[in-house]
Amino acid sequence: MNATDTPAVLAEGLRKSYRDQVVLDGVDLRVGAGEVLALLGPNGAGKTTTVRILSTLIAADGGTAAILGHDLRREAAAVRALIGVTGQFSAVDDLLTGEENLLLMGRLLHQRPAERRARAAELLERFDLGDAARRTPATYSGGMRRRLDIAMTLMGRPRLIFLDEPTTGLDPRSRHIMWQLVRDLVAEGVTILLTTQYLEEADQLADRIAVLDHGRIVAEGTPDELKRRIPGAHLRLRFPDGAALQAAAARLPDAVADEDLALRVPGDGVKAVRDVLARLGDDVPVEDLSIHTPDLDDVFFALTKEQRS
Amino acid sequence: MTDATTMLGRELTHTVRYPLMLISSILTPVVLLLLFVYILGGPIGAGLGDGAPGASYVDFLVPGILMMTVASGSSTTAINVCTDMTGGIIDRFRTMAVSRGAVLSGHVGAGVIRTLITTAVVIPVAVLAGFRPHASVLDWLAVAGIVAAFGFALSWVSAALGLGAKTVAGANGATLPIQFLLPFLSSAFVPAESMPAAVRWFTEYQPFTPVADALRALLTGAPVGGSALVALAWCAGIALAGYLWAVAAFARKAG
Repeated sequence: MNATDTPAVLAEGLRKSYRDQVVLDGVDLRVGAGEVLALLGPNGAGKTTTVRILSTLIAADGGTAAILGHDLRREAAAVRALIGVTGQFSAVDDLLTGEENLLLMGRLLHQRPAERRARAAELLERFDLGDAARRTPATYSGGMRRRLDIAMTLMGRPRLIFLDEPTTGLDPRSRHIMWQLVRDLVAEGVTILLTTQYLEEADQLADRIAVLDHGRIVAEGTPDELKRRIPGAHLRLRFPDGAALQAAAARLPDAVADEDLALRVPGDGVKAVRDVLARLGDDVPVEDLSIHTPDLDDVFFALTKEQRS
Repeated sequence: MTDATTMLGRELTHTVRYPLMLISSILTPVVLLLLFVYILGGPIGAGLGDGAPGASYVDFLVPGILMMTVASGSSTTAINVCTDMTGGIIDRFRTMAVSRGAVLSGHVGAGVIRTLITTAVVIPVAVLAGFRPHASVLDWLAVAGIVAAFGFALSWVSAALGLGAKTVAGANGATLPIQFLLPFLSSAFVPAESMPAAVRWFTEYQPFTPVADALRALLTGAPVGGSALVALAWCAGIALAGYLWAVAAFARKAG
């Protein structure tokens, strides 16, 4: 098998329970080399548990997993040498400066002094932490701290990076900086498994999305595939009064009532708009018309609701 | 071993960056020293039947204060271990190919070094307060050896206590018996013979007493007898028990 064909993550039937609380109920996951997979789910869905298992922090109760071809259980040391993990909670040393934090990583990776100094300088520059290099993280903003955290993860040039909710708690500007960092890493050929509860983030960054709910993968695919899975593109028409509404409803048999004085008609695009307006004619007054295409929010709520009912 | 050295360096940098805990583990024994020498020492010295009250009680007291200096460092180690374990950084270390024992070894090594520093600061303060040691170079080396061995043993126990604590405050609280109860119920401040029978039995057979006795004998030029061996045997036993406890707690928490 060619090295590039080996999936970065291949997990089958992962199970984990704490006492009688089932957290993971048979999770299958495949992340191809060089791919970005977003593990999307609400709080408590099992995202962090999945990451903790795949990054060797905790053992699964059942199932198997291989990271870049190495069995998680039997070859944990080999796995650790290939991965980088940035968890949900800050993993920087608050009493060391930014630069010392990076050099500490270099020492633990057994890099030679010249190599680790060069790598630390490169990452400080790249992550825009040059001015903060000699200060301790206590003086950093949330975004800077997160950037240092990820820079520490990158000291060893990992081939697979786990990012557990990388932008939770960040302001919009820091979030966009973080997104750009992720895209740059992908351009370098790094594989990324990120968890998020933000659909927009998954849509922006991921090649594929796996939706996790109640410890199971309930849907998986590209963002577009997932959006196609639920029908829902529609036009929304609002009318000035009840008479207009009734007249419109008579001419649009496929319409369903929306909230007061509004109708929803399946369809999207300019053609559907022309068609609906033509059927209404000139004598039915329309106060407002809007096109609604489903976004991942709709997909997400539809998929997680299916599971519950 | 390389990883343990790296972790030791990290811990020592922490101590330099945040010296407050080091200072507090010097101040605690110094305050007790001054309290016992200048306020309580007169009546205690007289009660113990010494000819010159105060003056010679200092010589009795200071070896006990040195033992207490070692013990007061235990909270720093427990707090630092707990801080590491409850923060995110331990997970980072665990997902790297860092040797398993390195984190704890670094903490214990730093604990021993801090102990040697704090005792080295307390001794000249004691001399200023009237302490007049009668010890040869060899005796001083033996004192350093016992201080280091006792510090090593208590550091492993403190590491285990820090691992067991859920919060930093809890880690500090868990070491209070080591910092205060056991030193007071030992021969550090008054001889075991002067205590009520029930307490006396405990005092005679608990590990802090032979450590205080051995340090006292070495520093006052008295015959050391078996107390040094008993002290070292206790240190070895406590270190081993603390080590096994800490390793088991670490495996349970972060295996």
